[in-house]
Amino acid sequence: MSAALPKIRLRGLSKSFGDKLVLDGIDLDVAASSSMVIIGGSGSGKSVLIKCILGLIEPDSGTIEIDGVDVLRQDRGKREAIRGNIGMLFQNGALFDSLPVWENVAFGLLAQNRCTRAQGREKAAEVLSQVGLAASVGDLQPSELSGGMQKRVGLARAIAAQPDILFFDEPTTGLDPIMGAVIDGLIVDCVKRMGSTAIAITHDMLSAQRIGDRAAMLHKGRIIWEGAASELMTSDNPMVDQFTHGRREGPIQMELRK
Amino acid sequence: MLALDFVAAIGRLLLGACTASGRLALFALSGLSHIVRPPFYGRMFLRALVEIGYFSLPVVALTAVFTGMVLALQSSTGLARFSADSAVASLVVLSVTRELGPVLAGLMVAGRVGAAIAAEIGTMRVTDQIDALSTLSTNPMKYLVAPRLLAGLIALPLLVVVADILGVLGGFIIAVVKLGFNTETYIVNTLNFVQADDVISGLAKAAVFGVLITLMGCYQGYNSRGGAQGVGAATTSAVVAASVLILAFDYVLTELFFAR
Repeated sequence: MSAALPKIRLRGLSKSFGDKLVLDGIDLDVAASSSMVIIGGSGSGKSVLIKCILGLIEPDSGTIEIDGVDVLRQDRGKREAIRGNIGMLFQNGALFDSLPVWENVAFGLLAQNRCTRAQGREKAAEVLSQVGLAASVGDLQPSELSGGMQKRVGLARAIAAQPDILFFDEPTTGLDPIMGAVIDGLIVDCVKRMGSTAIAITHDMLSAQRIGDRAAMLHKGRIIWEGAASELMTSDNPMVDQFTHGRREGPIQMELRK
Repeated sequence: MLALDFVAAIGRLLLGACTASGRLALFALSGLSHIVRPPFYGRMFLRALVEIGYFSLPVVALTAVFTGMVLALQSSTGLARFSADSAVASLVVLSVTRELGPVLAGLMVAGRVGAAIAAEIGTMRVTDQIDALSTLSTNPMKYLVAPRLLAGLIALPLLVVVADILGVLGGFIIAVVKLGFNTETYIVNTLNFVQADDVISGLAKAAVFGVLITLMGCYQGYNSRGGAQGVGAATTSAVVAASVLILAFDYVLTELFFAR
């Protein structure tokens, strides 16, 4: 276990909003160049967990180490540099609708001054082809694209700067099953090709098994199970079983009303 | 107990107001400080400048012309009683340059631009686009807020120059065509009465209003929550807050400039 330094190491990560404890001491290791899938019900804190690692939300306590560096103890510049090495695919794409597709894709590169606008255009066409889109799509506005294409463009934007770490927030939600499989395939291809470390949040068990090497289940702000993604359906953990098989009766009681 | 509840309610209200104004002040400081710290987003600035300045020209121009016209008409009725028809020219030019130019232009732009900014940034917030900016090595305050504040600061005085000219022109047309004033006398009176201070104070007000309008649009949009309804609420608050602040600052600035 101690042989390789985990790419991402979380210890005792906690966050509450008002009285509501959303993350309750999360410990999690993600090995370099591996994919971790995080499953859990709505409101279990999955998105907050990812936003903490991204630096969009400041956790109340705990540590986040990336490559052994404690991110929260670094100064602003260092943190931004570390964050610049993380790509994120948002749930609904979160494409900038005021910019054409190519500028969306090249946005990170342009922001880091890693290329001129002309080079950015070429680079965008290249990345778009990696997610199976024609270069001509680059001239369209995001609003002209279908849901599946928006996801692809979002993926292209996330991988354009060749980040070490990639986050996916419900990559297949809202897509038809075939398009979901296509996006999963693209994600796996990109992660493997770049050798990135990936964390994906999902409700979709098929998607979880296609993307993930390992899986963890979050419930009420705690990690209640961790194992190989292939064991998700046969974990023998009653809570995981109930979730993955979508049973109404079981140890997890949905809080419909308080 | 009832009395205590009452005091507690007032206290809550006061604390809420303090928190809100403190947040707004911090937001404003951060936004303004990003104007002078690189990197700069010239493209975003030009876009905002065109949106705020150029596309507001028609509505500001119309407002100014009609205001000048109605000023001439009203003041001639009022001043005729004192047989001081010549005072119309001075009244029109002073009211327009000192007060009505900047205030009315500010209110019109607050409705047009403040709402648009709040809606755009608010939608970016609720669709995660602002978070997406952060993950792409871009500070949203720098990229979204600072260029708009700067554009407001520069565009509003330029708009008010146009409003001043057209307002005086509107008054001139009514005075000469309808009220039968002598053309030369009216122009001479106008030029004699107006001083650089009048115009400059109006432009300074306009610059402040420009920052207020864009600031409220950005602040409300940036802090909007909860989908379409949240964005709608942010848009309304932006326009209302900007309009009230314009009128309040108009008084404060007038005190500063003229009450000596």
